[in-house]
Amino acid sequence: MTTRRIFLKSSALAMVGIGSTPSWLSRALYAKDAPSPRKKILVAIFQRGAMDGLNVVIPHGEAAYYDLRPNLAIPRPDGTPDSAIDLDGFFGLHPSLQPLKPIYGAGHLAIIQAAGSPDPTRSHFDAQDYMESGTPGAKATSDGWLNRALAQDRRGSPVRAVGIGDEIPRALRGPNEAVAIASVDSFQVRNPKGAAVFENMYAGTHDKILNGTGRETFEAVKLMQSVQKRAYSPANGARYPEGKLGQQLTQIARLIKADVGLEVAFTDVRGWDHHVNEVGAKPTVGQLANLLTQFGQGLAAFYTDLGDRMADVTLVTMSEFGRTAKENGARGTDHGHANVMFTFGGGVKGGKIYGDWPGLEREQLYEERDLEVTTDFRDVLGELVSRHLGNQRIDDVFPGYDQPKFRGLVKG
Amino acid sequence: MRKFAALAAVFLAAANLPAGNIRTPSPDYSQFEKKLSKDQSIVHALNRLAFGPRPGDVEAVKKTGQEKWIDLQLHPERLPDYTPGSALPPPQQKMLRAVYSSRQLEEVLVDFWYNHFNVDISKGADRRLVPAYERDAIRPNVLGKFRDLLGATANSPAMLFYLDNWQSVASDQVRRPNGKRPSRGLNENYARELMELHTLGVDGGYTQQDIIEVARCFTGWTIDRPNQEGAGTFRYDDRTHDKGEKVVLGVTIPAGGGKEDGEKVLDILARHPSTASFISKELARRFVADDPPPVLVARMAESFRNTDGDIRAVLATMFGSREFFSQGAYRAKVKTPFEAVVSAARATGARVDSAAGLANQTATLGEPLYRKIEPTGYSDASSEWVSSSALLARMNFAMQLGNNRLEGVQMDANRFSKDPAVAARQMLFTDASSQTLQSIRKNRVLEKPLLVGLLLGSPDFQRR
Repeated sequence: MTTRRIFLKSSALAMVGIGSTPSWLSRALYAKDAPSPRKKILVAIFQRGAMDGLNVVIPHGEAAYYDLRPNLAIPRPDGTPDSAIDLDGFFGLHPSLQPLKPIYGAGHLAIIQAAGSPDPTRSHFDAQDYMESGTPGAKATSDGWLNRALAQDRRGSPVRAVGIGDEIPRALRGPNEAVAIASVDSFQVRNPKGAAVFENMYAGTHDKILNGTGRETFEAVKLMQSVQKRAYSPANGARYPEGKLGQQLTQIARLIKADVGLEVAFTDVRGWDHHVNEVGAKPTVGQLANLLTQFGQGLAAFYTDLGDRMADVTLVTMSEFGRTAKENGARGTDHGHANVMFTFGGGVKGGKIYGDWPGLEREQLYEERDLEVTTDFRDVLGELVSRHLGNQRIDDVFPGYDQPKFRGLVKG
Repeated sequence: MRKFAALAAVFLAAANLPAGNIRTPSPDYSQFEKKLSKDQSIVHALNRLAFGPRPGDVEAVKKTGQEKWIDLQLHPERLPDYTPGSALPPPQQKMLRAVYSSRQLEEVLVDFWYNHFNVDISKGADRRLVPAYERDAIRPNVLGKFRDLLGATANSPAMLFYLDNWQSVASDQVRRPNGKRPSRGLNENYARELMELHTLGVDGGYTQQDIIEVARCFTGWTIDRPNQEGAGTFRYDDRTHDKGEKVVLGVTIPAGGGKEDGEKVLDILARHPSTASFISKELARRFVADDPPPVLVARMAESFRNTDGDIRAVLATMFGSREFFSQGAYRAKVKTPFEAVVSAARATGARVDSAAGLANQTATLGEPLYRKIEPTGYSDASSEWVSSSALLARMNFAMQLGNNRLEGVQMDANRFSKDPAVAARQMLFTDASSQTLQSIRKNRVLEKPLLVGLLLGSPDFQRR
């Protein structure tokens, strides 16, 4: 399949041949920092509540895992539906994440184990805040890392930064215009005549603040109208799961494929705080399995739906902290430290588990109870911002973090 | 000689550049010297001391007299009370009070001070602790002495939980001889926000060492079983209190103290000149303009210092100033989502049978009530409330209200004229801008519900 970029390049070369390349096109194609006709896109998913990473990417090669979790551990891979799906002989996927296995197998999905925040807090409230502001330990930061990840560009698309939901998420707040879109279809004035009058009013008002944003709003609305007109059906036989995450990922895929200038998108999935009855009668039932089923099917559907467009898109997942290595007395786990992150798409070198494994023996655990953090979450996000989005000002995106250690997740 | 002349020319050229091209011009406060007309003053007062006028309010203030009306608002005990059902969720109670209470300034101030001493209702035990926090710590003190208000928040389980002070213990408590399970230590969270957000302001002249010393003073201020239904009251635990000597902002707090160490810190902070200035500026930002004239803030701070932090006196200074009733202040603020929703319900004389719909709208517009996660509270800067999604949400809210499609709210569009200019005066209590009226006329808006929706969603209505 010919991608649009290749098409543009060949048509540009053809024009070079006849000596009439439009300047914007040559800038787009040849200048390193020039706006390209099709921008790189970063999609971030926040798993709120602190996912139990140890039961998601299972260290089945670690005996201590089975000692610490007599009731919750996912059995070693044995090919049966309720055992871990082996990845590399040491780690395996939770069986409900079966849909992600082919993406890993194709070398596109990368997993970062023992990643997290250096801040010791076990408060959801603080840890989520730190992970979204991108400044662990600093509460005064008013904007978010994903907003700062954007180059400051007043002429960017009105929908370059989108939070799927009713509010602008913390990670997307900041100097660059960001919009909250609950769904593509709801982003409009729900009365056509009213919309026309409002557009007139806001275009004409002498009120400086309202005039500027008013214009941007109606530009975004117009862009959305063009998207709204076309009914959306996922491509390549992709099937999004029922539920909020599936719906949210559908909206993001729709915006990406509509070519409206999206650069960063953020959404979240709640409910990972499993202090009680995390695992049901068998590993593939219960609260964690239900969420993972949605999560795995949703991510896989997104990947399938985008097809070749995944070349421009990278998706990354995060959760504020992990959970205790040892199960508690209520078939659950309590607040811990390190967790697991997923990323796929774009130039991600997948089919591999990144990060140093700190081990689960008592003396290896953080404060003798949790998985130690060996990869700062900013190393992962920073590398995606730098090598995928092409923003080299990592010290602006993650203030105070001047020496990120990239793991080599993205092809250089 | 020629060389010298050339050089001189360069210098002269540089000197001729207007200063504005080189550095940012100093702000121009001349608009705060220009008076308002009598009619403008009344609408302005109702937009600032109240959540906007209801039909008939402008006439009522005229009849009472503006000065007397302001004095009454400063003494809410002389006005009838309005109490919504205490079983209603906090956002609905807040909404009903804002729409219906005659003690409008009190409601504006409860909103202001709650936001200043923000607590997020969605953080754990605060789900249960917030109603009492607003009722007992904030509301009784909004026009009183700042020290009392500060003390009430510091002693409240809601704040102790929200900023983690209930878990803060003297650091020598951490050293356990048997080496078993590492314990908690000093938690600086409350100490930091107490100075940065509640009193001195971020540039108020404190250091990291002051934060640690203040945190030490508050060790032992905890909560009795915070997560238990029916429990969760303030408890001072002397065993976890740091007994050593502390030095806070240069003042020595001698060793061997108890709960009073924390109270001494509150005394120091409440009387610190930085607090007088910081609180005065916060109030002026809310009531006057995003960037209030420094001379006004200085006069308010002087009142604060002269009256030992009497909030009523500081407000009286502000309301009595020429800057408050000036062109610089008039319509200078973009309404917060809460103000936009409440003022729309008031302006249309809507009957609110259930406030659930209005409270939900406030969240959709970007201000979920009692749910600000960050200790900063919601922003008081106009630009923070103007985003694409928020503007669309405001327009859709306005259309819904105009069409009477808001759950629990009844509004009669027929009370308004079908002439856009007249209807605008009925809702905005002043003339609409010509751009707004032209847009309506050009599109031949004939239906009254649509007209009402358009005026409530207009740029004009987003300001107060």
